[in-house]
Amino acid sequence: MKILVPVKRVVDYNVKVRVKPDGSDVDLANVKMSMNPFDEIAVEQAVRLKEAGVASEVVVVSAGVANCQETLRTAMATGADRGILIQTDGELQPLAVARLLKAVCEKEQPQIVFCGKQAIDDDANQTGQMLAGLLNWPQATFVSKVAVAGDQATVTREIDSGLETVEVRLPAVLTADLRLNEPRYATLPNIMKAKKKPLETLTPAALGVDVTARLKTLKVAEPAKRTAGIKVADAADLVLKLKTEAKVI
Amino acid sequence: MAILVIAEHDNTSIKAATLNAVSAAAKIGGELHLLVAGSACAEAAQAAARIAGVSKVLVADAAHYADQLPENLSALVVAQAAAYSHILAAATTSGKNFMPRVAALLDVAQVSEIIGVVAPDTFVRPIYAGNVVATVQSSDPIKVVTVRATAFEAAGEGGSAAVESLPAGPDLALARLVGRELTKSERPDLTAARVVIAGGRGLGNGENFHKLIEPLADKLGAAIGASRAAVDAGFVPNDYQVGQTGKIVAPQLYIAVGISGAIQHLAGMKDSKVIVAINKDAEAPIFQVADYGLVGDLFEVLPALLAELG
Repeated sequence: MKILVPVKRVVDYNVKVRVKPDGSDVDLANVKMSMNPFDEIAVEQAVRLKEAGVASEVVVVSAGVANCQETLRTAMATGADRGILIQTDGELQPLAVARLLKAVCEKEQPQIVFCGKQAIDDDANQTGQMLAGLLNWPQATFVSKVAVAGDQATVTREIDSGLETVEVRLPAVLTADLRLNEPRYATLPNIMKAKKKPLETLTPAALGVDVTARLKTLKVAEPAKRTAGIKVADAADLVLKLKTEAKVI
Repeated sequence: MAILVIAEHDNTSIKAATLNAVSAAAKIGGELHLLVAGSACAEAAQAAARIAGVSKVLVADAAHYADQLPENLSALVVAQAAAYSHILAAATTSGKNFMPRVAALLDVAQVSEIIGVVAPDTFVRPIYAGNVVATVQSSDPIKVVTVRATAFEAAGEGGSAAVESLPAGPDLALARLVGRELTKSERPDLTAARVVIAGGRGLGNGENFHKLIEPLADKLGAAIGASRAAVDAGFVPNDYQVGQTGKIVAPQLYIAVGISGAIQHLAGMKDSKVIVAINKDAEAPIFQVADYGLVGDLFEVLPALLAELG
């Protein structure tokens, strides 16, 4: 069984982004980029399924600028077998990415596509669900546990009111939540080995996919900042302030 | 053209976040319809008809809608979409699950988790864990939008919408619900509570979490939340998590106990009216957003606080 894992190159989760002075976009010049943390979890789970003998191959795919190769190499250093880069310099929105992934799925015929549940840059939380819709495959989002048997996956999902278990028929799209696993670190020998793994480069045009943006960002801004208030001396002081000043208790 | 809001429900009552999505729809303007897809869901449909501002409730009642799984629900919504300019749902784990599927099947973009309506085609939404807000315009014929509940008032009661039944679509039989483990609590719902008290890694273990946080929550009538660290460490279940990828809360009073304040946590609570932080580390980032900061050992502060509250 083949597992396809889409990975996105995003601003590192420790970076606090700034808005460009003209408000047109966020300023990504000289900012540290990393693999989207949820995608790291998806890669880890795919590799674990391979180690458990469930999957035979883990293919990672990324869409974006040439530097997304680094993200693919990182994924290969933690166990993915090969990479596909869909190279384009333009803005890619979730629907366009889902359509690109659909084209890749038609070529690669994976049984599972394991996505991260959301990217920490646009916070859209869409691509996996969109891909499942386009392929008419079942979907299980926000996955915290997965077991694959035959042509079926039994999946535990994190939902607002607790946990939910669903059975989906394969092929299916799954999206990883935080507590699915703790991704391993790439070791130096594996980083070296990853450099020799196959990496194919495609383009949206070669896949026959129109990636025109449907949403136009008119402006971006920083939200109104909260300012630090006061320090209180002790519990008595706190209760007094909450009662008489803030009037919330 | 009218706006369709997809109701989230348990077949007998409508979930609170749907009321906020109705208010967002009202801001866009136009006739408002609500879709209730469920099984033996007449009671939920009646409740939907009483929501102020709703002119029609569409009900699809069939066994394969009982659990509102995304595959069948999306197909049903798509079949109705041509009559609508906008399709909205609350950005809950349910809405986030099926709505992008609806958008893809309609070949339109989704605008995720809006916090403001500028124009019928233009919305404000947070990106980068809420550190940036973007104003985006959709050029698609149908706008598929999810709504952050805390950014809109809940719609009231007093409506008397017509209830109309819809033919059910086929059962796609792609997925099956095995079961749900729902967290049972007598406390208010985390996302709708007036007061939230949230604990973090500083509490050390689950026993301390329960022993120290629960009596305070009982005293204040508060809901209980947690940081990711506390959930990851197993102190409390996943549905307690407040943050970028957990729940978004905006109560009147948010008390953060033993939480350092990573940006991912702040993203989930910084719109609270009053924020209190209790932490032994005076340099913890949580103090930068707190209205009232108390630097101290929570194991001493919390019992004292409980005593002060009488």
